[in-house]
Amino acid sequence: MIDRLDPRLVRLGLGIAAPVLAIVLAFAITSLVLIVAGDPVGEVWSTILSWPQPRNQANIINNATVLYLSGIAVAIGFRMNLFNIGVDGQYRVAAFAAAAVAGEAWLPGYLNTLLAIAAAVLVGAAWAGIAGLLRATRGVSEVIATIMLNFIATGLVAYLLRKVAVRSEGSNSLGTKQIPEGSRIPGFQIGDGAATEVYGFLFVAVLVGAGYWFLLNRTRFGFDLRATGRSNSAAVASGISVGRMTVGAMMISGGVAALVGLPILFGDAYSYGSTFQSGLGFAGIAIALLGRNHPIGIALGALLFAFLDEQSNPLQIIADVSPDIVAITQGVIVLTVVISYEVVRRYGLRLEQARVAAQLRAAAPVDPSGPTESSKEVSA
Amino acid sequence: MSVTQTVSRPKPGAAVGRRRLPRWWPLVLAAVILLGLSVLRLVTGADDLLSSGTVRATLIALVPIMLAGLGGLWSERAGVVNIGLEGMMILGTYGAGYFGYHYGAWAGVVGAIVLGMVGGLVHAIATVIFGVDHIISGVAINIIAVGAVQYLASRTFVGLPGGGQTQSPTLPDVQAITIGPLSDALGDLEGKDVFLVSEIAAVLRALVTDLSLLVVLSLLLLVVTYVVLWRTSFGLRLRSVGESPAAAESVGVAVLRYKFAAVLISGGLAGLAGGFLAMVASSNFRDGQTGGRGYIGLAAMIFGNWRPSGLLTGSGLFGYTQTLGLRQGGSSVHALLLAVAVLALALAAYQVYRRQARLGVVLGVVGVALLGLYLAIDEVPGDFTSMTPYVITLLVLAFASQRLRMPAADGQIYRKGSAG
Repeated sequence: MIDRLDPRLVRLGLGIAAPVLAIVLAFAITSLVLIVAGDPVGEVWSTILSWPQPRNQANIINNATVLYLSGIAVAIGFRMNLFNIGVDGQYRVAAFAAAAVAGEAWLPGYLNTLLAIAAAVLVGAAWAGIAGLLRATRGVSEVIATIMLNFIATGLVAYLLRKVAVRSEGSNSLGTKQIPEGSRIPGFQIGDGAATEVYGFLFVAVLVGAGYWFLLNRTRFGFDLRATGRSNSAAVASGISVGRMTVGAMMISGGVAALVGLPILFGDAYSYGSTFQSGLGFAGIAIALLGRNHPIGIALGALLFAFLDEQSNPLQIIADVSPDIVAITQGVIVLTVVISYEVVRRYGLRLEQARVAAQLRAAAPVDPSGPTESSKEVSA
Repeated sequence: MSVTQTVSRPKPGAAVGRRRLPRWWPLVLAAVILLGLSVLRLVTGADDLLSSGTVRATLIALVPIMLAGLGGLWSERAGVVNIGLEGMMILGTYGAGYFGYHYGAWAGVVGAIVLGMVGGLVHAIATVIFGVDHIISGVAINIIAVGAVQYLASRTFVGLPGGGQTQSPTLPDVQAITIGPLSDALGDLEGKDVFLVSEIAAVLRALVTDLSLLVVLSLLLLVVTYVVLWRTSFGLRLRSVGESPAAAESVGVAVLRYKFAAVLISGGLAGLAGGFLAMVASSNFRDGQTGGRGYIGLAAMIFGNWRPSGLLTGSGLFGYTQTLGLRQGGSSVHALLLAVAVLALALAAYQVYRRQARLGVVLGVVGVALLGLYLAIDEVPGDFTSMTPYVITLLVLAFASQRLRMPAADGQIYRKGSAG
C-alpha cells in the first residue's frame, strides 16, 4: 500500500513517526523501570499527564523559555559539528557578569538592562571563544575544552562572587547587589492569580529563535557554517576558513548561551547568588537533539522537557515516587530519538529503493531515460 | 589549507622521524619529578609538596582518574569514543553503595563493575548496533545515569541507618596492607628532613602504609591492559578495529563483536572507578561524587597519547594537582606556580633554540607572567586551587595536542559489511 502514496506524504509521515516513536519508546522504558522498582506506574503517568493548573502552565512556559535558549545555543554548534558542552559554564559566567553590571546601575532604567545584557553576551561569547580558539589553533577537542571550562567557570564565579557579593539581610546566601526596580523585565499574566506571570524575556527568546533561523538559512555566514558542518574538506575547497568559522560559531553559540540565565535574573531572582540554578546547559543538549536543530522543533522539545519537570514535582506527595524518574525519561528520549531517526531513515531508504525498483521493472527494457530519472531521486 | 587541517593530521615526517623514547622513560620521569619537587621544596619551603600524606592522597586521587582513562583507552582503541565514562562511573558509585552495603566490600566492587558494564552495554547497543553518534550516546548516558542513580538512591537508601536520598549508609572497607616496621622506619627517615632522602622515604612510606588492595588491583589492571592490548593477538585485532575496521573485516576480524566487547570492558572499568570513589576515596555513596572525573580521565588518556604509560603520567598529574588543591592548597599550588614558570621559560629557550621564535615568545611571556604572579602573591585563593587540575588539563592539551595521534578510525561509525 505504502508505495502507492505520494512520496512527499511518505516523507512527512516518516518525519513525524520518528519523534513519536522516540517518545513512546522512552515512556515504555520508564514504565519498565517503574515496574521493576515496584512503583505505581498508573499513578505516576496519570499525575504527569494531567492537564496543568494555570500556575503550573506559567512555570512550564518560563522553564521552556530558559531551556529553549539553551537548546538554540547548543544547536548552533551542532550545525557545524561542534559539540558545545560548555553552555552550562558559559551561561553561569555570563549571568554573573550581567548581575554584577546591572546591580551597579551605572545607567538609568532599561539602558542599564541593555548594558547588562550586552555585557553578558560579550562574556559568554569570550568564554566559549576560548574553546573555539583552542580548537582552531591547537586542535584541542572542543568537547574536552568546554567541559574543563565549565569546571573553571564554577571556581571563577565562586571567587568573583566572594569579591563583589553583599550579604542580603536575614539570609546566609551570598549574592550580587539587587537589580534596581526600573531595570527589571516585567512579566505578563496568562491567567488569574499572582503566580501566573510569564517572563517578559519570552519575547527575546522568540526573537533569538527567529534570528537563529535567519542566520543559518538566509545568510552567507549560515551557509558557510552548515557547509563546514557537512564536509570540512568541501568547505576548505570553496574558500571557507574553517578555523575562523570554528571560533565564530563557538562565539555565537556562547553569546546565545549567555542569555540562558537572564530570564531568571531579570524576571525572578534579581541578583546572582550561590544558589543560582545550574545544569541548564546539559538539558539544552538533549533538547537540541530532540528538536533536530530546528527552531520550532527545539521549542517543542523545550516545552516537553519543561512539562515533564513541572508535572513530576507532586509525584513524591501523590505517588511516593522520586521525581527524578523523569530525568531517566529525558535521558532515554535523547537516545531513542537518535535511534528512531536512524531506524526510520533506514526504513525510508528501503521504501525508496523498493519504489524505484518497481518503477524500473515497469519501465526498464524499453525506455532508458526512466531509470536515470528515478535514480536521481534516490540520491536526492 | 586551514589551521585545523594541518593540526588534526600530523605531518608524516614529524611522527616517524622523531626519536622514540626508550623503554624505561617512566622511571627517568619519576626520578626527575622526585628531584624537581625536592628542589622546589628547598627553594619555596612548601613542606607539603611531597610528604607521605600527599603521596598517599595522590594515589587515592589518581586511581579513579586512571581507571576511567583505562576505560576510555579500551573503547577508543576499538574506535568508539566514550564520553559516557562519567555516567558509567556514576552508575558504579551506586553499585558499590547498594551491593557493598548489603553483601560486603568485594560484592560492592563487583556491583560497581557490573553496573558500569550496564552503562557500557547501552553505549555499545547505541553506537555499535544502531550507529548513533558516539558523543550523543555518551551525553545521553550521562543524563540517564544521573537521573537513574538519584531515583534508585531515594528508592533504596531512604530509611537505612545513615542513608538518605543522596547518600548510602557507611560501606565496609576493602582490605588494606600495612608493613608495620618498614612504615615506621621510613616515617623516621622522612621526619629527618634530609634533601631528596626524605622525599624518597615519603614515597616508599606511602606505598607500605595502609595501601588499599583496590589501589594494587587498579595498578595491576593498567599492566594487564598493556599486556592484553599490545602483546596478544586479541589486542592486536582489537586495535586494528580502531585503526581500520574495513581492513580488519577483510582479514576476517568480527569488527562489531570486538567493538562491543571493548565498550563493555570500558564500562566495567569506569564502574570500578566509581566504586573506588565510593569505597576507598570516601566511605559511602554520595550523589554527585564523581565530580567530572570521567571527563578528566578521558583528558588524561588523550594527554597520554592513547597509551597506558602516558595515561598513568596524565592521571598522576591530575591526581597530584587535585590533591594539592585540597591539602594546604594555597602554599603548595603557589610553589607549583614557580615550577611551572621555570618550566615555561626553559621550554621557551628550547623553542627559540629550535628557531620556533613565535612559540618561544608566547611561552616566554607566559613564563614571565607566572613568575611575576608568584612573586606578587603569597598564597593562591582556595577557589583557584580547586580549578588547578582543569586549567592544567587545558594547558597541557593546548601544548601537547599536536604530538598526539589517536586511533585512525576513532569516533567513526562502522556498519558491518563495509569492507565489501
